[in-house]
Amino acid sequence: MNAFWIILTGALVATSCGLLGTFLILRKMAMVGDAISHAVLPGIVIAYLLSESRDVLPMLIGAAALGVLTTFMIEFLYQKARLQIDASIGITFTWLFAIGIILISLYAGQVDLDQDCVLYGEIAYVPLDLWITESGRLLGPRPVWILSGVLALILLIIILGYRGLKITTFDPEYAAAVGISTVFWHYLLMSAVSVTTVVAFESVGAILVVAFLIVPPATAYLLTEKLHNMLLLTVGLGILTAVSGYYLAVWIDGSVAGAMAVSSGVFLLLAVLFSPSTGVLTQRFRQQAIPVPAQGYKER
Amino acid sequence: MSDFFTFSDPNVRLVTAGTILLGISAAIVGTFTFLRKRALVGDAIAHAILPGVCLSFMITGEKHPAYLLVGAVLAGWLSLLVMDYLSSRTKLSTDTAIGAVLSVFFGAGILLLTSIQHSGSANQAGLDQFLFGKAAAMTQRDIWVFSGVAVVLLGLVLAFFRSFKLISFDPAFAKSIGLPVRRLEFLLSTITVLAVATGIQAVGVVLMAALLITPAAAARFWTDRIQVMILLAAAFGLLSGLFGSWISYTAPSMPTGPWIVVLLSMIAVVSVVVAPKRGIWARLRLQRSNARKIRQENILKAFYGIGEAADAPVATVAVDMLRQQRPFEDIALQLGLRELVKKGLLHKHKPGSYALTPTGLQESRRVVRLHRLWELYLTERMNYAADHVHNTAEAIEHVITPEVEAALLRELDHPILDPHDAVIPYQNPSKPSAS
Repeated sequence: MNAFWIILTGALVATSCGLLGTFLILRKMAMVGDAISHAVLPGIVIAYLLSESRDVLPMLIGAAALGVLTTFMIEFLYQKARLQIDASIGITFTWLFAIGIILISLYAGQVDLDQDCVLYGEIAYVPLDLWITESGRLLGPRPVWILSGVLALILLIIILGYRGLKITTFDPEYAAAVGISTVFWHYLLMSAVSVTTVVAFESVGAILVVAFLIVPPATAYLLTEKLHNMLLLTVGLGILTAVSGYYLAVWIDGSVAGAMAVSSGVFLLLAVLFSPSTGVLTQRFRQQAIPVPAQGYKER
Repeated sequence: MSDFFTFSDPNVRLVTAGTILLGISAAIVGTFTFLRKRALVGDAIAHAILPGVCLSFMITGEKHPAYLLVGAVLAGWLSLLVMDYLSSRTKLSTDTAIGAVLSVFFGAGILLLTSIQHSGSANQAGLDQFLFGKAAAMTQRDIWVFSGVAVVLLGLVLAFFRSFKLISFDPAFAKSIGLPVRRLEFLLSTITVLAVATGIQAVGVVLMAALLITPAAAARFWTDRIQVMILLAAAFGLLSGLFGSWISYTAPSMPTGPWIVVLLSMIAVVSVVVAPKRGIWARLRLQRSNARKIRQENILKAFYGIGEAADAPVATVAVDMLRQQRPFEDIALQLGLRELVKKGLLHKHKPGSYALTPTGLQESRRVVRLHRLWELYLTERMNYAADHVHNTAEAIEHVITPEVEAALLRELDHPILDPHDAVIPYQNPSKPSAS
């Protein structure tokens, strides 16, 4: 039963992250996602301190606020201070993350978070965090419920906002011309990324969440050209990653989240090598096997 | 405070020496990383080092910093190759490649690390210093290794300074003059991996990127010269290392690494705001002084236009007439009039009406002259239609320097009329150029 809950948690994280990550990598904002996943840390700590609990709502609000702040700081350094984009991202997230770590050290007694957990989470504890109603009914692990709620929210955003997200992703100028606000969709996406990061934080940590955000969508991107297919493929790959990662972790006796990141990497490697359209080996094989027909024949 | 700064405590000496050494070498190497726009690559290398460290521990069974360093450098190198491959040979963009390599390598590292921890090896405790840094727990042996690395890094940077500078700013040019660009890039990358692999032990995986690029980014705001930039970055690295160790000395619960990064970020923010020329404040001031100049010159032009039409250059003009002459914004107009009175270019006769002073007249003639000269230049030399030149001239009249004016006069041979047959006003109206 524990294995089921752990795999389910992994699959939920992978699905939520993958759906958002698809839009991140198409917008060439993969590293902004990375930055947000680190920068929400002070938001989580402050939410802990203010609400003195592990309630979900304050955390989500804290996270969304920090996510927007991160995006805003990056934009400020890039546009107003005219710093190059990589440095703007690097300075912003390291600064916020450092503040988060300092806050954790400062209030070590009051904040139930340790540094290991921040970096790679502990998905193996998920089945222990049970949700029991007041009448004593057992409803299964709390994180699974929270993650399902967030996934529902993300699905809602993507289904209702499909047109807006798609147009602002592929052709921001056209979007502006037909009156779709790029700023709105940008900040909505960033808030969704921060909320997802925070919810995934406990189970997979700040860095491995990046693996789920970036690697399955990147793999899907190598396999298809259509946004629709890419989203579906990403979800499928995310679930495969969660299942195979779990068994890899059991085999090696190591961190489940780490193993899931590794197995997502393996799928990416396979796609790089064998993708039917762009795979390195596929192309090489094709070049050798099939002679390219000449365009018409010249007279000799 | 005095306890700390006498450095009498050997532990204080060790920690401070270590953080300063790491801070300075990372800042110097980071200057090139920054200039080559590879800040996030540095971040990825920091994460990718972990599996190398774990593997080298699994193979040697020892935690000697030198062995671990070898594993770290190899893994860092492999990650660089994979990133380059993904971004150049597949359709993935550079930042996707960086993010994918960063997270997968780190995941592999975590998997190995937890596996080692679960195996119960007695010797493994402390491997996680690579995750979080261990500035406060540095040993004599660490310091020797760090010093050795720092000396090698500095030596290489000094020896190859000119080549590194060239491949950072202009790799194409470097190639064209016959430099072995690929080999130099390899060397520079190796130096970066080395700096990351040592620096990570002071601040940990996540914050390493800051040690590498924040000092350089801050220094960039103060100077355009790479030598000065490197020295400044090194100084920032030194200061934050020093005060970071001091903070965690006075408040032992405070972690050194994050404080170093927070201090560096503060230095960067101060630089962003107050640095002369490139700083935000300096740029805002320049913008405002330009806006003021344009505002005043437009008002002077309106005065000249009214005076020209009435054939009475210094006649008293009511504010309403100015508004008819040119659609001013109310606030801008009031502000501009006040500024011009203060500068002695206008005098105020009664509320709401003004006249040009002699210097004001001179100045207004100058602006109108530039406007009309430019219009003439556009029609005569650039084949613009006469009805298409006004807007361009409106913009450029405010920025033409006396040198450009002289050149225009020479080029057009001191013309009398502009394309709209208006007289071009010269400084001394009594003797227009010989016609």
